[in-house]
Amino acid sequence: MYITANGRTADGARPRSRLSWTVPGNVLALGAVSLVTDVSSEMVTAVLPLYLTLFLGLSPLQFGLLDGLSFGVTAMVRLAGGNLADRWQRRKLVAGIGYGLSALCKPALLAVGSSVAALGVVIAADRTGKGLRTAPRDALISLSVPPGELGRAFGAHRAMDTLGALLGPLVAFAVLAGTGGAYDAVFMVSFCVAVLGVLLLVMYVRDRRTPSQGPRPDASPRAALGLLRDAAFLRVCVVAALLGLVTVGDAFVYLLLQKRGVVDAEYFPLLSIGTAAAYLLLAVPVGRLADRLGRVPVFLAGHLALVAAYLVLLGPGWLVAVLVLHGAFYAATDGVLMAVAGPMLPAHLRTSGMALLQTGQATARLLSSTLFGALWTVWGSAQGLSVMAAGLALCVPCAWFVLRRHS
Amino acid sequence: MTPIRRLLVLVAAVALLGGTAAGYAAWAARRTAASASVSVPVSAPVSASASGPARDGGALRPGRLMFRSAGGTVAGVPLEDPSAPPAPSGPACNRFSTAGGTAICLVAKPGALVTTDAVILDRSMKETRRIKLAGIPNRARVSPSGRMASWTVFVTGDSYSDGAFSTWSGILDTRTGYVVTNIEDIPLTLDGRRYHAPDVNYWGITFAADDNRFYATVATKGKTYLVEGDYGAWRARTLRENVECPSLSPDGTRLVFKKRVSSDPRRMWRLHLLDLATMRETPLAETANVDDQAAWLDDRTVMYARGGDVWSVPADGSGAPKPLLRGASSPVAVR
Repeated sequence: MYITANGRTADGARPRSRLSWTVPGNVLALGAVSLVTDVSSEMVTAVLPLYLTLFLGLSPLQFGLLDGLSFGVTAMVRLAGGNLADRWQRRKLVAGIGYGLSALCKPALLAVGSSVAALGVVIAADRTGKGLRTAPRDALISLSVPPGELGRAFGAHRAMDTLGALLGPLVAFAVLAGTGGAYDAVFMVSFCVAVLGVLLLVMYVRDRRTPSQGPRPDASPRAALGLLRDAAFLRVCVVAALLGLVTVGDAFVYLLLQKRGVVDAEYFPLLSIGTAAAYLLLAVPVGRLADRLGRVPVFLAGHLALVAAYLVLLGPGWLVAVLVLHGAFYAATDGVLMAVAGPMLPAHLRTSGMALLQTGQATARLLSSTLFGALWTVWGSAQGLSVMAAGLALCVPCAWFVLRRHS
Repeated sequence: MTPIRRLLVLVAAVALLGGTAAGYAAWAARRTAASASVSVPVSAPVSASASGPARDGGALRPGRLMFRSAGGTVAGVPLEDPSAPPAPSGPACNRFSTAGGTAICLVAKPGALVTTDAVILDRSMKETRRIKLAGIPNRARVSPSGRMASWTVFVTGDSYSDGAFSTWSGILDTRTGYVVTNIEDIPLTLDGRRYHAPDVNYWGITFAADDNRFYATVATKGKTYLVEGDYGAWRARTLRENVECPSLSPDGTRLVFKKRVSSDPRRMWRLHLLDLATMRETPLAETANVDDQAAWLDDRTVMYARGGDVWSVPADGSGAPKPLLRGASSPVAVR
């Protein structure tokens, strides 16, 4: 892949054709970092359950305990990291710490052996790294392209990110097959790949420096929270959280597909790959569409695609249709939401703002899984999904009413 | 840094990192190959003994104690002399069990996607059926008559960070060939009430002699329960709390199970006996942490895997645990 070495990073520094498919070098570099890092992290994700249960002899319950780590800690780290990146105006540094921390966790997983407590600490650190890097990375993307091209830039980044996530398990399998089942080799190769990601970040990603003249703008935590006093940004946060609250988590969608009996047990792990493949293919075209038609309509259309996915799941149960609609939902919402919010946030507070928005959305999704679990317990799975689909279908027009001025 | 110099640094870094990764992988490959060849002399006396008294070591004959050897393959020793050199008897399995002339072998197939095969074998250890499943092998059992094979696999979601994992327990009726790959949709009565929840997970099935009644663990909302199931009527009800991996005694009157006694992962479970007539619980003499579905050696003794070996302990709370088989797991007595 050719990365333009002298691509302009400042806002709108270079005029660009409306029909152009290119994205600035800095976005490609960030995409390459995400691609490589996702290969590394998905390698580990793919083999970790096998390694923990069959190799180290942990039980599923102990594996579950490793998972019961506080959501609150990750949220706090994300908010604090986002704000530090703004206060120092060093987004690349904070993202780099996040990427580096996750890289170091790969050999650490190997080093701690079968101690459940130590494994829990390493997995928590890995997740902290992920929490730390997301907001500064998205802020860097949004600062690297003119506002009119944000949809395409985020689409390109998310496509590269997803490609890495799809390649990771294949690489892990190749390493396992080539070494006669040596898990330590998977972790070490994953570590080397992660180091390459950090190196790409250090050498090819450029941060946008604030002009040295004039007083340094206020980027304190108070100023970051003050972003919510901006009516437009507050509306985006509220809409994202509201829609997150009526979104059924991926794991539930796959579970419901399996309960419908439309997929054989052995193919269950392929479901998330189907969603990711659709996401990968649609991210760039949908991002371009968002730049042309407006990001808010595309963001809301993505949620309508999700309503359609739920309806197909409740009705005919066509597997491919559900997965394509599910992938389309991600393509039209994940990066597009950042493209909606980016231009509303002042550059010196952009990381804090994105961290706020992402944390709000993640909290809403956590609540939604509790809500959906409760609906399932009271009414059963199909009725629960119907309620969520109806809620989502109601929230989309409300969201349009709230956000239409920003389309 | 100029673009050219930066590119040179990148190429050098890729070469260095690629070399490190490839070198480590090559070393790991040589190491696993070496450990495989080292295990040959260890297994040599095993194959030698196959030509001795246990010529047809591959068959499931009454009076044998079968198990999964440290190398992964199924082996057998005489029940009356477990310290005899083991005779290799079958395929590589991660979990193995047998009864009534039917055997089940759960074998993980690592790949980009982890899947498990449940292989059903006949008395001569010939494959009769192969059921493809998602997930990682966890438990395997066969009903006393050999008709009902059951298993549990551990299925993870698409990412360990989203906290999605579940157990899928399945049942094969070998007479009709009917398979249920996940019994999760069985109508469940919990504490007397019909119960629905998305987080219901079953594991550790054990069938009674009538090939219809079964016991298992059901988990929901962070609690585990002993569940009694009726295969024919397809319904299940909970009997009591905090019972995992039940194992029904040969006479059908008692269950040995692992009870959660601590939140410390190093001593989380202790084996207990449950008398089904009185519902009285008795802790067994094994005080160490045991994470296994116990198997009955005879009507008074259970055996289980612990720390890479198989141990036995009286099933009534008396006595003391004794090592039974070195470097073994999945023990099962052929009756």
